[in-house]
Amino acid sequence: MIAKKAGRLLGIALALAPLAGAQNSNMTVPATIEAGSAFSIPTTGSGQGVLYIVGPAQALRRDVQLGVAVQFAAGDLYNAGHYVALLVEGSSTDTAQFDVTPKSQPDTLSFFAEPSRVPVGLHNGISGTVYAFDTYHNLITSPLSVSFQLAGISGTPLARTVTTRDGVAWTAIDSASKQGSAKFIVQANGITTTRVIAEVPGDPCGLTISAHPDGQNLTVETAPIHDCSGNPIPDGTVVTFTESYNGMQSTVDVPVKQDVARVDMPAHPGATISVASGVVAGNEIRWGGGR
Amino acid sequence: MLALLMAVLTVVFLVIGTLSPVPAAVYYAGGKNLLRASSTPQAAVDNLAVDLKQRAWENAYNSLANKAEFTEPQFVQDMTGNTLSLRTFADLENYEVRPLHASADDAEMTLKLRWSTVVGPFETSRDLHVVRNGDHWAVDWPLVKIPSVPPQVIPVNYLRWDVIYRGPGDEWGAQDVQSPRIRIVDMHPVSRAEGVVVMGELLNEDIVPAYVTVSATLLRKDGSAIAREGSFDMIAHTLLPKQVTPFSIVFPNADISEVGAIHMDPQSVLVSASADPVVEIQNQKFDPGPGASLSGQLSNQSGQTVNIAHVLTTFYNKNGQLVWVAGQYVDRALLPQTPVDFTVPVPQDLAKQVSTERTIVSNYSSGNSL
Repeated sequence: MIAKKAGRLLGIALALAPLAGAQNSNMTVPATIEAGSAFSIPTTGSGQGVLYIVGPAQALRRDVQLGVAVQFAAGDLYNAGHYVALLVEGSSTDTAQFDVTPKSQPDTLSFFAEPSRVPVGLHNGISGTVYAFDTYHNLITSPLSVSFQLAGISGTPLARTVTTRDGVAWTAIDSASKQGSAKFIVQANGITTTRVIAEVPGDPCGLTISAHPDGQNLTVETAPIHDCSGNPIPDGTVVTFTESYNGMQSTVDVPVKQDVARVDMPAHPGATISVASGVVAGNEIRWGGGR
Repeated sequence: MLALLMAVLTVVFLVIGTLSPVPAAVYYAGGKNLLRASSTPQAAVDNLAVDLKQRAWENAYNSLANKAEFTEPQFVQDMTGNTLSLRTFADLENYEVRPLHASADDAEMTLKLRWSTVVGPFETSRDLHVVRNGDHWAVDWPLVKIPSVPPQVIPVNYLRWDVIYRGPGDEWGAQDVQSPRIRIVDMHPVSRAEGVVVMGELLNEDIVPAYVTVSATLLRKDGSAIAREGSFDMIAHTLLPKQVTPFSIVFPNADISEVGAIHMDPQSVLVSASADPVVEIQNQKFDPGPGASLSGQLSNQSGQTVNIAHVLTTFYNKNGQLVWVAGQYVDRALLPQTPVDFTVPVPQDLAKQVSTERTIVSNYSSGNSL
């Protein structure tokens, strides 16, 4: 709606611009205005006129008494960008241009933290990107000091300080060696935004199985499964058991439950039983026909 | 003149068609004139097959010589299953009768039934004993009794994953759950009579379940695309953490000599899933042929019935390299703790290369979204 209105006023401004020249009135516009701040535009001349201020996403119209400064209250002009001011009096138009700059103080930090889950011990595995916005959702393009901090459940938090460039700051941080939920915090000028990164176990390490008879079957189970940093593998991770016997084979994909995967398989004397999870292979045992 | 001639011919053909219809037309109109008198063993089996094709269970049951040994509902269950499965909605497309042995009073015949389903055809075979009963012949039906699972309570406490995605009202930049990390761990294109087949294996590296698909694009040596295809059902779409699925993508009529590169495009979406049911694949045995195949049994270790099971097998050579990926739907439901046979056919020309295999089961249970 605002853009439509601004477009309509911009059209009026462009139509009036060729008339500029035969000026009976004048105005003095500041070169830059901070978004949302109060300001005034002094005018000269006498009689009535109309002041148009047209920008990329906002447009204002004021009926003015020439010779008197036009007052704009705080919050009247808040969208950052390049603006055109047109003072129209009868058939004469005075034009001027100025910039509305974002406020220097951030109000919100839009924080993109990737990924939401990351394996432990991954170099530069976590990235954070911050966009700083002022109260009026203008991207703050002036340099701003931003601090990133990754705090896991143990160990010293990792911290980085980065200065924004064109409104953006980013960093990459190693994931911790211990699994758990890490808080990824970004802070600038007292504004803080937090994301949660799940640091998850890596591939199983040292996968081993054992078997014991249970009637006509063998109960085959893994030792508690951990990754190479000692983190327990999460429940639901699939472990594949394969039993080979007499030129035949039985396989079953079993999810880990409470650190262990367990399955009952037929007890074939001389059978070879192996285990794997993903691309990680474990040990192999031979069932000797009895014990 | 021509119009008059056409009208006369139409009337003549209508009269001929009414007085002496061809048997096939009567059959497709729902009639039964394909049935002949069961004066020979072949005719008895033919008649039974026609009744099965028409799903005329009562007629088929009444024609059997040994119907006193089981009830009609048991016979119908044998044909359609007692639980929702591929058989429930399968139509008998055609059949083949092969005489094995015949004497004056009995005969042995093989009846091969080819069924059509939404996932493609499957074939079943029964060896029939046909007996003479006065002036006609009747079939001794070898009933396969569907085992029933005794009433019991099976505790299931496998993990289940539910997913909550970010909402529409969340701020820009608000965190969302990541798609699962997946990786193609093996890929192998081969040239076959039907075209180029791109096979491989896909691993879910993540700690959450993934719904996966794989597409491939064949590229010419100048980088332009020849064709793009997906794996469709030749993949287990739901992968639990660290689970591996084979996949197979067929490019009909493509020529591998024109292929300069293959662009693989694996996709994953985080989905709600359950680690249950667990299906054990027992007694797998590879038969190098003739008629090469892998056969075995599926045993549902859980308490939940698996209505449709799809067996997917990766075959490797002695160096562990991928040779072929094959799949076969199982026409019967997997009841808890009840083994069901399966057979996965393997191209005969590749069978001699096969040294080992790896089989997984993709399953569907009614009431589950996945």
